[in-house]
Amino acid sequence: MDRETLAARLREVLPAEDVVDDEEALRPYAGDALTAYRQQPRVVVLPRSIEQVQQVMALCSAEGVPVVARGAGTGLSGGALPHEAGVLLVLARMNRILELDPLGRSARLEPGVRNLAISEAAAPHGLYYAPDPSSQIACSIGGNVAENSGGVHCLKYGLTVHNLLGVKLVTVDGELLELGGCALDSPGLDLLALVTGSEGLLGVVVEVTVRLLPVAASVQVLLAAFDSVAAAGDAVSTVISRGILPAGMEMMDRLAIEAAEDFVHAGYPRDAAAILLCELDGEPEEVAAQVERVTEILRAAGAGDIRVASDPAERARLWAGRKAAFPAVGRIAPDYYCMDGTIPRRHLAEVLTGIGGLSEEFGLAVANVFHAGDGNLHPLILYDANQAGELERAEAFGARILELCVAVGGTITGEHGVGIEKIDQMCVQFTAVELERFHGLKAAFDPAGLLNPGKAVPTLARCAELGGMHVHGGKLPHPELERF
Amino acid sequence: MVDADLSEDLRGRVNAAVAAEAPLRIRGGGTRQALMACGNEAIEVLEVGGHRGIVAFEPSELVVTARAGTPLSELEAAVTEAGQCLPFDPPRFGASSTIGGAVASGLAGPARPWQGAVRDAVLGITLLDGRGGIGRFGGQVMKNVAGYDVARLNVGAMGSLGVLLDVSLRLLPRPMTTVTRVLELGIGQTFERMATLGRRPLPITAMAWQGGLLRVRLAGSEVGVAAALAAVGGEPFAEAEDFWAGLRDRQLPLFEGDGPLWRLSVPATAPQPELSANWLLDWGGAQRWCSTDAAPERVFEAASAVGGHAMRLAPTVQRATLPPAQLKLQQRIKTVFDPAGLFNAGVLYPGEY
Repeated sequence: MDRETLAARLREVLPAEDVVDDEEALRPYAGDALTAYRQQPRVVVLPRSIEQVQQVMALCSAEGVPVVARGAGTGLSGGALPHEAGVLLVLARMNRILELDPLGRSARLEPGVRNLAISEAAAPHGLYYAPDPSSQIACSIGGNVAENSGGVHCLKYGLTVHNLLGVKLVTVDGELLELGGCALDSPGLDLLALVTGSEGLLGVVVEVTVRLLPVAASVQVLLAAFDSVAAAGDAVSTVISRGILPAGMEMMDRLAIEAAEDFVHAGYPRDAAAILLCELDGEPEEVAAQVERVTEILRAAGAGDIRVASDPAERARLWAGRKAAFPAVGRIAPDYYCMDGTIPRRHLAEVLTGIGGLSEEFGLAVANVFHAGDGNLHPLILYDANQAGELERAEAFGARILELCVAVGGTITGEHGVGIEKIDQMCVQFTAVELERFHGLKAAFDPAGLLNPGKAVPTLARCAELGGMHVHGGKLPHPELERF
Repeated sequence: MVDADLSEDLRGRVNAAVAAEAPLRIRGGGTRQALMACGNEAIEVLEVGGHRGIVAFEPSELVVTARAGTPLSELEAAVTEAGQCLPFDPPRFGASSTIGGAVASGLAGPARPWQGAVRDAVLGITLLDGRGGIGRFGGQVMKNVAGYDVARLNVGAMGSLGVLLDVSLRLLPRPMTTVTRVLELGIGQTFERMATLGRRPLPITAMAWQGGLLRVRLAGSEVGVAAALAAVGGEPFAEAEDFWAGLRDRQLPLFEGDGPLWRLSVPATAPQPELSANWLLDWGGAQRWCSTDAAPERVFEAASAVGGHAMRLAPTVQRATLPPAQLKLQQRIKTVFDPAGLFNAGVLYPGEY
């Protein structure tokens, strides 16, 4: 359907100003935070109610028009990249907190509510929403559900899927389904779990109910320096084996430390091969005892310098270096490419050695920043897009890193999603049987394949074409993006 | 410890059943058969309990992978020895209960609201489905967003999508100390107290009420629990261990009475439906048990009126029906994995075959 006709049809169900079809006005919607991929949608719609979303879907479904749902557009894998012949369904205007129940410790939200806004609204009641992706100031809860977003506190508090009570989902043909609710389970198959992280391929999330947690009474942060990355990795394993579950455990290697120090002067030891940040939370007495135990464990594991943040300002300073690591690395190279594999933690030293070897092989430096507690690696490959061939080398390097993650029993994406970026690596992680079941599930929800086509699950033909060759990673993310 | 990989044998059995269009009832330890009632007990049984053994356990990862037929007791012993536990604390309905049955039925113990559901701890599964395909979904790591979450879809699916061959589970450190306090409170005061306690960051792992007594279980480090006791108040409870195990395993007197037994899963703060004089509240009020002679339709309605759902456990299992649109979708999903409707027909959806 051409742009003019499609816009006219959509204006039959939405106010004229909520349908965008002007070339200039469409431009900001051409991609998400994976900025190397751009595609103008045919039309953008900005519904304000569930009924409007249902009407848009019914229309598009009847006319066979593809639909890509989008929240805040902060995704890192191109999941919200528009379809050239399709409607981009922007849910940002549905941004009201519908209900906050402090006694029941839950919040009912429209999909466009920002992640951080939930915790801000819950704060007066001593409550918060646990998942805290790095983009939490901007990203929306609907997008969090679509991506099953993580954050730095997943080891103890889980991902989005662990913190959801229910969602309302509009199906491809405009029907409204309620999955889950306010009870802790629901009859039949667990479609709430299935829909979480389905990257907009199964339906459109139009309402979300999350559980809220009481804010911890006490939080402490430790910084420990190690003279080898392997020793730091082993220290993380030892802390966990000793029965301590930190709220967060983050690691940075030398290149990342230096870049962060140059950028924000967090006071990290520049001579360390790796640093570990360990956050402990709970009752004050418990946290104090844990700080002592963790200090002993880290010391025994070979930590040199160990520092405990004595006040909130010092704590914020220790975190500042970690949170600024991505932009800091962005300052030392013209471009970088961020990976998102997860591995069983015991293979950390092996994988880092492997990445070091690949770095030499490809002639590109790599800074390692990762969520050490849950094994989620974010290697940042440094390159210069203006140098001929470097971009292709960075992509090939990234693909090899993800293959390495899969080989040790890990996964190609821990929290950024597959989207368009890692679609070829899906062929490495999954067999034909598994991919066929994914396509089957997709067809059960969306037989005509109109929702977010071409994302998340590769066709078997695409995988066959890649054959035994090394698959290529996605295009490059923009260096100034804040990511951690 | 028996260690046996029967996946290819099982695949052979399933392929034969596909060819003969002969339905199968999956049976592990056989302790959850009452929940598997489907109205046709003549269906051939597929015994999967022999497929057993711990495949991988690395305590520092807080992850264990075990074949589905592994007895819960064996798995528990292994993780306990490493100072860890299964967060969802599944009911043991008998010594032969298996981890596969625990995951397929998706039932969690009293710690559910604080330590998560069964599906929250499931990281990955290997599934033998009704097309004879064996697929690995999810994985062995906490953070993993590649592909649809077929692993969690199978939790609580009662084997309706296929045979679980193995499961990877997330573990928790075993708390160093556990203390239960008992408080004399009427039901109205109990709801208030549970809501107040729930809003504080206390190391609570269970809250249950029956017969004018609220029991609150705290678990964690010695100092953490000691500090929290002041906030909870109440008296020490000597029979705590038996009480929580009886609640978890459904062996308290209420569960063993002669009357119809109902489970209501509702928002923790939902008003109490007027169905019975004999209630047992678990999960801080989110799981409520009662014996009532009320007509099933009335119980189902009462539960949905407060935003939840109900299920009758005795004398026979009766499940809530799903809204038509959702039922249609669920059955399409079943068809993806089990097009011939071989597995456990009639268990999740009454009158399925």
